Amino acid sequence: MASKTQNAQLDAKKVLEAVENQFTTLQILNEEGEVVNEAAMPDLSDEQLQELMRRMVYTRILDQRSISLNRQGRLGFYAPTAGQEASQLASQFALEKEDFILPGYRDVPPIVWHGLPLYQAFLWSRGHLAGGQIPDGVNVAIPQIIIGAQYVQTAGVALGLKKRGVKAVALTYTGDGGTSQGDFYEGMNFAGAYNAPAIFIAQNNRFAISTPVEKQTAAKTLAQKAVAAGIAGIQVDGMDPLAVYAAVREARDRAINGEGPTFIETLTYRYGPHTMAGDDPTRYRTAELDNEWEKKDPLVRFRKFLEKKGLWNEERENEVIEQAKEEIKEALKQADAAPKQKVTDLINITYTDLPQNLKEQHEIYSAKESK
Amino acid sequence: MAQMTMIQAITDAMRVELKNDPNVLVFGEDVGVNGGVFRATEGLQNEFGEDRVFDTPLAESGIGGLAVGLALQGFRPVPEIQFFGFVYEVMDSISGQAARLRFRTGGKFSAPITFRSPFGGGVHTPDMHADSLEGLMAQQPGIKVVIPSTPYDAKGLLISAIRDNDPVIFLEHMKLYRSFRQEVPEGEYTIPLGKADVKREGTDLSIITYGAMVHESLKAAEELEKEGFSAEVIDLRTVSPIDIETIIASVEKTGRAIVVQEAQKQAGVAANVVAEISDRAILSLEAPVLRVAAPDTIYPFPQAEAAWLPNYKDVIETAKKVLTF
Repeated sequence: MASKTQNAQLDAKKVLEAVENQFTTLQILNEEGEVVNEAAMPDLSDEQLQELMRRMVYTRILDQRSISLNRQGRLGFYAPTAGQEASQLASQFALEKEDFILPGYRDVPPIVWHGLPLYQAFLWSRGHLAGGQIPDGVNVAIPQIIIGAQYVQTAGVALGLKKRGVKAVALTYTGDGGTSQGDFYEGMNFAGAYNAPAIFIAQNNRFAISTPVEKQTAAKTLAQKAVAAGIAGIQVDGMDPLAVYAAVREARDRAINGEGPTFIETLTYRYGPHTMAGDDPTRYRTAELDNEWEKKDPLVRFRKFLEKKGLWNEERENEVIEQAKEEIKEALKQADAAPKQKVTDLINITYTDLPQNLKEQHEIYSAKESK
Repeated sequence: MAQMTMIQAITDAMRVELKNDPNVLVFGEDVGVNGGVFRATEGLQNEFGEDRVFDTPLAESGIGGLAVGLALQGFRPVPEIQFFGFVYEVMDSISGQAARLRFRTGGKFSAPITFRSPFGGGVHTPDMHADSLEGLMAQQPGIKVVIPSTPYDAKGLLISAIRDNDPVIFLEHMKLYRSFRQEVPEGEYTIPLGKADVKREGTDLSIITYGAMVHESLKAAEELEKEGFSAEVIDLRTVSPIDIETIIASVEKTGRAIVVQEAQKQAGVAANVVAEISDRAILSLEAPVLRVAAPDTIYPFPQAEAAWLPNYKDVIETAKKVLTF
């Protein structure tokens, strides 16, 4: 055996190692907010940098408010986002309005910044049908619940964009756990086979509910999974908004130029629980690990970076916080004004035209509802 | 008019709709150059190009997801699931995603997808290819389940299915693909979904059935006629939603009914029909409503198919029980 493994072509282990070692983490801003990779710096104006920071601060407040609203019973299903702002928001920031986003259930902030009114996001969380009534011209899908399904659908949206001749991309998110699904691979493989303009993101926040990524896969990186689908893959520091932006922007340019899909692994962390439905992260994460990742915080490093450039200060930050609080209050009011949901509403949205059984059930429920 | 087999009528329906609507896309495993393993898409790629009629990688869930994604871009996808025995691989795309797209978006989006698939037994396919899973699909709100029994119906129903704005599961019985020819009009015509067809009129007994069992039931009705019994044969054509009106009108006329399905007896379409008759026409009945169905085992190995599948003799036997009750 030993002699045979001398043969490089037979040494499959070595091939794997060589591939895995190709995947290094792209970082542009380090934890201190210093630019460590000038060559990869994306082309962003001062106003754009400020806008990205504004969105991250705003979304951190939105997360804090959403958690407390959930605890008060004023919001329903909620998957906390703090820690993942760079990964979620810088990726959306690299898109254009005509690009289409297929989010997972944690990726509500990117679709809000892509145009979904906040009150609808609240209604979706509460479980009201108006939450899913995406306005015309807002290119997003309703958040996916079945992990992986958004990946195969992204291949379809991207192929559709290609067939229409639209210069736009389809972008989707999943987490580290999602990369174990068959649909994850099928989606990337289909998009690759059709050379469709798709961007697949896996936000590796290290835990799929409680299961650590090390137990999810033998792969050293998630990014390398792109190789099997024959598409471009890259791993980025998901706590670094500039690295995330640069990777997505590059992927978008490639896709639009007909160079096919890209898979991006963002290394990130969710500070909060999986969802607000009783998950307790202390069962599976240590305080040391939490602290280690909080030091990498995307807002902290981006704030330092912008302050050094004279583009950010406390006053500006407080303005954003106040604005966020005000708009959240306003969106809640709008959500509260949504009409009470009736069974007849549900019947009406099951098919385009009511079949006989639902027509009869509609009559029964209208009578009940008019009492 | 041309004489066509059911599979030719199905191909013709796709040709009509590919011509009629640039948003119609036909895709699946081997549907391109190969024309499908049954040749249902024969010649379509040649005629309409690879942009409209194309092969997919071998992954049913991927095919279903592709269809949902294309629907989100305003296309009208007509994916083929190569054998309906493979449907479990694409159940989330069908029941979890396509069926719920309109609902989950509060009526904003729709998934006008027609999932075509060969199903049913009696043609000695390998293990896990054949099965009658229409009952499984019929339980899912948000989709329609259509099963033609003749070439004429197949073309008209498939055109309607493709034009329908909601997802349709269009099940093509493998045994009927080439079993007989029928006059089929050129060009377009539609048969409404959700409408049954009285395939034979009668006064003593209603036989409610669909798919390949329509032909077993018609044969049984002929035999019964010789013995002086007049049986009406109703072809459901759509098993979800079911055309209750036609069934009840017939049962009120005959006072006796049996329901015939090729699928296993448990749960399923026939059970639903019996329940509807019981709900709505119990006072018209002169006898219990009985079912003819396959036994409740897993779909059999090819060598036991003939013994397992219901046939016209089973229909006659059950019909007589009801007629002489």
